[in-house]
Amino acid sequence: MSLDAATVRRIARLARIRVDDAEVETLQSELNAILGYVEQLAEVNVEGITPLSGGAQMALRHRPDQLSDGGIAEQILANAPDRVGNFFAVPKVVE
Amino acid sequence: MSLLNLTLAQASKALHAGEVSATELTTAYIKAVEELNPRLNAFITPTPELALAQARDADARLKSGTATPLTGIPIAMKDLFCTAGVRTTAASKILSPFVPPYESTVSAKLKAAGAVTLGKANLDEFAMGSSNITSAYGPVENPWKRTGSDAKLVPGGSSGGSAAAVAARLALAATGTDTGGSIRQPAAFTGIAGIKPTYGRCSRYGIVAFASSLDQAGPMARTVEDNAMLLNVMAGFDEKDSTSANVAVPDFTQALTRGVAGKRIGIPREYRLDGTNPEILALWDQGIAWLREAGAEVIDISLPHTKYGLAVYYIVAPAEASSNLARYDGVRFGAREDGHDLIDMYERTRAAGFGPEVKRRIMIGTYVLSHGYYDAYYLKAQKVRALILRDFQQAFTQVDAILTPTAPSAAFGLGEKMDDPVTMYLNDVFTVPASLAGVPAMSVPAGLSSEGLPLGLQIIGRHFDEETVFAVSAAIEKAAGFNALPELRAK
Amino acid sequence: MATYTLEGRTGTWEIVVGLEIHAQVISESKLFSGASATYGGAPNDHVSFVDAGFPGMLPVINAECVAQAVRTGLGLKAQINLESRFDRKNYFYADLPNGYQISQFQMPIVGTGTVEIELQDGTIKHIGITRLHLEQDAGKSMHDQHPAKSVIDLNRAGVALMEIVSEPDIRSPEEAGAYLRKIRQIVRYLGTCDGNMEEGSMRADVNVSVRKAGEPFRTRCEIKNVNSVRFVMHAIEAEAIRQIEVWEQGGEVVQETRLYDPSKGETRSMRSKEDAHDYRYFPEPDLLPLIIEQSWVDELKAKLPELPDEKRARFCAEYGIPFYDAGVLVADQTTADFYETVAKGRDGKLAANWITGDFFAALNRTGASIETSPVSAAALGQLLDLIADKTINGRIAKDVFEEMVETGAMPAEIVEKKGLRQVTDTGAIDEAVTKVLADNQDKVAEYKSGKDKLFGFFVGQVMKAMQGKGNPALVNEAVKKQLG
Ligand SMILES: [Mg+2]
Ligand SMILES: [Zn+2]
Repeated sequence: MSLDAATVRRIARLARIRVDDAEVETLQSELNAILGYVEQLAEVNVEGITPLSGGAQMALRHRPDQLSDGGIAEQILANAPDRVGNFFAVPKVVE
Repeated sequence: MSLLNLTLAQASKALHAGEVSATELTTAYIKAVEELNPRLNAFITPTPELALAQARDADARLKSGTATPLTGIPIAMKDLFCTAGVRTTAASKILSPFVPPYESTVSAKLKAAGAVTLGKANLDEFAMGSSNITSAYGPVENPWKRTGSDAKLVPGGSSGGSAAAVAARLALAATGTDTGGSIRQPAAFTGIAGIKPTYGRCSRYGIVAFASSLDQAGPMARTVEDNAMLLNVMAGFDEKDSTSANVAVPDFTQALTRGVAGKRIGIPREYRLDGTNPEILALWDQGIAWLREAGAEVIDISLPHTKYGLAVYYIVAPAEASSNLARYDGVRFGAREDGHDLIDMYERTRAAGFGPEVKRRIMIGTYVLSHGYYDAYYLKAQKVRALILRDFQQAFTQVDAILTPTAPSAAFGLGEKMDDPVTMYLNDVFTVPASLAGVPAMSVPAGLSSEGLPLGLQIIGRHFDEETVFAVSAAIEKAAGFNALPELRAK
Repeated sequence: MATYTLEGRTGTWEIVVGLEIHAQVISESKLFSGASATYGGAPNDHVSFVDAGFPGMLPVINAECVAQAVRTGLGLKAQINLESRFDRKNYFYADLPNGYQISQFQMPIVGTGTVEIELQDGTIKHIGITRLHLEQDAGKSMHDQHPAKSVIDLNRAGVALMEIVSEPDIRSPEEAGAYLRKIRQIVRYLGTCDGNMEEGSMRADVNVSVRKAGEPFRTRCEIKNVNSVRFVMHAIEAEAIRQIEVWEQGGEVVQETRLYDPSKGETRSMRSKEDAHDYRYFPEPDLLPLIIEQSWVDELKAKLPELPDEKRARFCAEYGIPFYDAGVLVADQTTADFYETVAKGRDGKLAANWITGDFFAALNRTGASIETSPVSAAALGQLLDLIADKTINGRIAKDVFEEMVETGAMPAEIVEKKGLRQVTDTGAIDEAVTKVLADNQDKVAEYKSGKDKLFGFFVGQVMKAMQGKGNPALVNEAVKKQLG
């Protein structure tokens, strides 16, 4: 599989990263090199193998349903690049 | 002898014996940072005032008899650990204004034990790299030099600042994180020891995530013993991390003197890759000989799928990263670039905030998860990952530990190997399989290359059997008697 | 069962509908954090660093939310999956802090089930449940608080939702409404969701397509976040009519997400095709597989409350009331409980008539609910007792009831205070009858000449003379006797 420029642009848009034409070209060749490298996995026979999604070999632990967090709006907002009162603020979205 | 030459264990003894105060020791290190950090760039954010305040508290604890073995020990904190009230950047521009209001579990444990934090150590941006050249705060210089050359070398990565700081005596020890080799490879490149514990051994809470199923915190220090003392404190169950293992933490220092007599050490034949540097192979053979002499039984083993480790890694890690880094959108924290609408704001913020390597990995990760490609890439990689784990599990029915080189070469020059990402990725070829399987692995300095650069050997153990890893590592350390020092170091 | 169809220019169309209902789980804290899951709160007050997606923050699952999902699954007669898994659904939006929603994509906690709905004409229909999965809610964006900016409140971000997905078994707006109401009734009975659609704790994504009889499915459109039963029904009709028009004009319906605009009564496209979503689902690496024990599921099952269908059947059997009435009485748990308190040990039919009649009418009139009603179940029960033991008769009972509604007093008290006790003294009754007959000699003569109907008149006059307190049976008897 080889990436064309349009795909690179589509992926960049999905990833919400602005790219200019020069970057598209560089990314295209770099990404193709990486994809070319991982192509070798095609030769591995994985029939009947259950995919391994994590390094941990155990079941999920639960926590009790208790109120133990929140009430820290000021800390939540302290790093915000923009805010209106106690809300985060972003450029207006027109739906 | 300079205070800076003490190991952590020696310094701890001296502090407890009252031969030196935490303030004196910390002051010596602060001076060292002031002197050499402008050159090495090992710290992004030094915190000398904070360190002195912590040292004063440590001295009070030492006097009152409530000190722990780490009380008053000056360390560097990889700038991937969130530290309350202290800027945490992950070496990225996008987090340059970020001051976490919370503390990571591992750094909190070290703080609670009385360790003194000298500052936040440099790293590859979001821990993505093997040379510490991707940091938005500039590359870190390896304190080692090739014999007769003044060329700047990389310290390895991503924990390159941590490694350089420890090697150059800018810190007694450091925290690192390892996703595919980010503790072990820089440790090898700078002549220090570092361990990536079993996945789940150290809490990931409060550590800026790169690839969640692989990220593991661990210590980096000058000796195996120092590592054991640090891991004693860093490890432990944390209910705030669902992947944290509720497994008892033994006193790892107890394992150091166990020796290797009767231990079965596996030598994976697939690690003898074509074209591997003969020096590396020779060092490996030397390590095998040392262990044999110390009474270990050396067994030839096969890890047939490990050669696919890198390919698996370069699908799984970017996939997870592409998702983990989606939160850096300029809305709640971090840097923002203005845009004419929300999407434009996102795209400009992320374009300006991330460096090229991070963008590359986000792009690859996004691609391999995207519609129509998931099965061919991500799912396939997960299946091969299962086979890699199975290889290790089968090997560990035959052997107690596995010995390999840590990296395929010694530290390389700044600017070398940088023409394409794949060449750079090959640095992790020996370290990645253990990360994928979640097993513990340590790098120990074992010798010098013909150019006078440190080389490391890697010891891999069973899940949650760091004790055997420490025992074997201590044996190698003892046999190697590595005592070379980098050219650039605080004195 | 009457088939719902729409007539187009080219013929008759039927509609195919499936619903994805998002039901907010009742819990103290959020699905993956300890912050409050309660509705409302000052902006960003119910928010932890986990909910706001801060660097290094990790999810830890709330056991109660898992239990609530299992209870709901059991209530839907669905398969409970002992192993399930969480996945990340990746997309960027200002109120989605992590850039992904933690959901269950490949392995949901609840598998296939079925729900019974009843239509207006009494037909019963089964709607298949495809799955139920747990996921996080997003925060809230508001666009009208500032001239140039949208503002974001993350209080809801991370609150647990159950997404209940139906099979495309629904064939009319009425069925959709009945299904939605039934799901709401079930989760309310279970106490797993309050079903409050106004506050958004329950909302539906509606998948609609149209086809001609006998055809396979055509392309569907998803109408997002419809927040009332009425709107769901309207949206389906509006969307079906739109699609029919598209097809009949020779066009193609494109699969897309649409919004229902209740003020215009129409649906409109939400996102351009260029922005088609690619959610890049993959297993959430911060969480491990969710494994639950069958024994735990059995425990939850044993403690499940009686569900509406079972309760309705039992009411019919136990209290001898008609199926329809039983349906009205089990509409919600409070009504059902009220009924049972009144009916227990009494005449179940009489209890049902009083509740569905005078009692509901009084609630309607006064705008009260069962919880705030001035007439308690105990009071209504006492009233029925007074009727049963003949302390009062049915006519007086109506007056006593009105007094109860007005004053909240107990019926026995009212009867005593107002002297409404039924007169069973035959002497007093005879006396009243004698007087009435004496006063109406002409009518007596008419009666005797064959105008039988006048019997009721005499009884009525006697009751009137006794201020309604005469025992109706005794009065009847006395009138009959004296008329000879
Ligand atoms: Mg949906
Ligand atoms: Zn959903």
